[in-house]
Amino acid sequence: MEGMSLISRGFHGRRRTPAGAEGRVPPGQYVTDGFPVLSAGPTPRTPLTEWTFSVRRGGSNLRSWSWAEMLALPAETVTVDIHCVTRWSKLDTQWRGVSLDTLLGQVEGDAGYVLAFCDGGYTTNLPIADVTGGRAWLACEYDEQPLDPEHGGPARLLVPHLYFWKSAKWVRGVELLEHDEPGFWETYGYHMYGDPWKEQRYSGD
Amino acid sequence: METLDGNAIAGLLYEIFGEEMTAATAICESCGSAASVADSVVYLRLPGVVVRCRNCAGLQMVITRVHGLNCVDLSGIAVLEPPGNTP
Amino acid sequence: MEGTALQRRLTWQAATVTAAAWETPSVRTLELAVPGWPGHRAGQHLDVRLTAEDGYAAERSYSIASAPGEPVAITVERLEDGEVSPYLTGELRIGDTLELRGPVGGYFVWAEADGGPLLLVAGGSGVVPLRAIIRQRRRSGSDAPIRMLYSARTLPDVIYRDELDSYRNGVAVSYALTRARPPGWTGYARPVDAGMLAEVAWPAGEEPLVFVCGPTGFVETVAGELVGLGYSPGRVKTERFGGI
Repeated sequence: MEGMSLISRGFHGRRRTPAGAEGRVPPGQYVTDGFPVLSAGPTPRTPLTEWTFSVRRGGSNLRSWSWAEMLALPAETVTVDIHCVTRWSKLDTQWRGVSLDTLLGQVEGDAGYVLAFCDGGYTTNLPIADVTGGRAWLACEYDEQPLDPEHGGPARLLVPHLYFWKSAKWVRGVELLEHDEPGFWETYGYHMYGDPWKEQRYSGD
Repeated sequence: METLDGNAIAGLLYEIFGEEMTAATAICESCGSAASVADSVVYLRLPGVVVRCRNCAGLQMVITRVHGLNCVDLSGIAVLEPPGNTP
Repeated sequence: MEGTALQRRLTWQAATVTAAAWETPSVRTLELAVPGWPGHRAGQHLDVRLTAEDGYAAERSYSIASAPGEPVAITVERLEDGEVSPYLTGELRIGDTLELRGPVGGYFVWAEADGGPLLLVAGGSGVVPLRAIIRQRRRSGSDAPIRMLYSARTLPDVIYRDELDSYRNGVAVSYALTRARPPGWTGYARPVDAGMLAEVAWPAGEEPLVFVCGPTGFVETVAGELVGLGYSPGRVKTERFGGI
């Protein structure tokens, strides 16, 4: 049971919402100019010649793209706000990538959920509805540059309407699932869905 | 991304185990190497704390704090031995 | 004996700032009155927690700058993009309360029974726990000889300079200034490297105890070079500090 913490006189934490950004910053967040690097392990370095993105079900590949094949897919540039559960938000971030609609559109079936899997072993789960309908991308460029390995390059998931732990770095594919299964942070108590506007940080929020 | 070592979570580990843990020896479940908990690679500023083996980068511990309770996964440590006689 | 005698539940508690002094233009030492402080060991640290009125909290760890028996003190370097250090160095006043948890750490510690000779290698604010070790050596009457190599950006950045320069018997301090030197500087003028360590460090055959503290990159470079000089990894203890 959390006891009452001592309030530190004059401590405000980071600055909250800058002028003009009202309505764009979810509860409990502060806006940062930087781009903090949060990694749970060493940065993977998969050569592009070996990189693939796969859509899998039941242990088999339904569809898979090499890096060259992925680059040949239609891509779009998007500008979005991103919100990390560790409380920083970054506004107007620009990314370029392939919509997950393009990647998932070619597979059929009754899956309700996906589990994204990544180099280094990270996973995160999402409802299919949240990675389709123009809500998610496989992003390989940030700020008009190839995505830095520290930020998830060569490619990461981008799902800006949810907390940024769902935007899995170094993503290598998604497993289609009938039932929602917790990924890495979800297993350790983080929310299965993660809507920053409802402050769904932890399980039960 | 800057990593730290087990010294950085001495207080957290004391809170969890009820005793000083940085001088304890951890045997890594992934590679079998033995090292002080203080020597492990610690990733902070995350949704939780991730601790990895300095030798093989295998996952040793994950600690999150959910609604005031510590959630601790130690399955990456095969054996945790109290401090021995080494200085 | 020490461990069991001092067993007590480690918990967050309120301490009071009793004194504050600037060591350098960006480094401040805070002396604290901690109710029920059980004493500490040289090299240990404590965790500080700041909580804003809306409940937002930030935690950081700071090495204890004082030796066992002296008033509890921490030395904090103000980091540009920091969240906690600007508060501790710029806002916190004598008489304010500070929430802390400690002492913690049982690995990066030294007591006279551990013997020597000692090699202490400091990068920037990594000097803080090492200064506590030097003070403990003096307070305990230990004759374990100490060699310290302290790497800082410039001479004004050197923390505890007057104190370190005052040591004579059995304590030798060398400095490496990496960014700028005053005219006539005769100390090292480059980042710590294998050659410098070979000149400063004890011969490996003396089986010294080594404590290396500072930023992660610094610590890993130094630790690697020491192994290259024949030091046994088991006798080299490391503590990595983070920025922010």
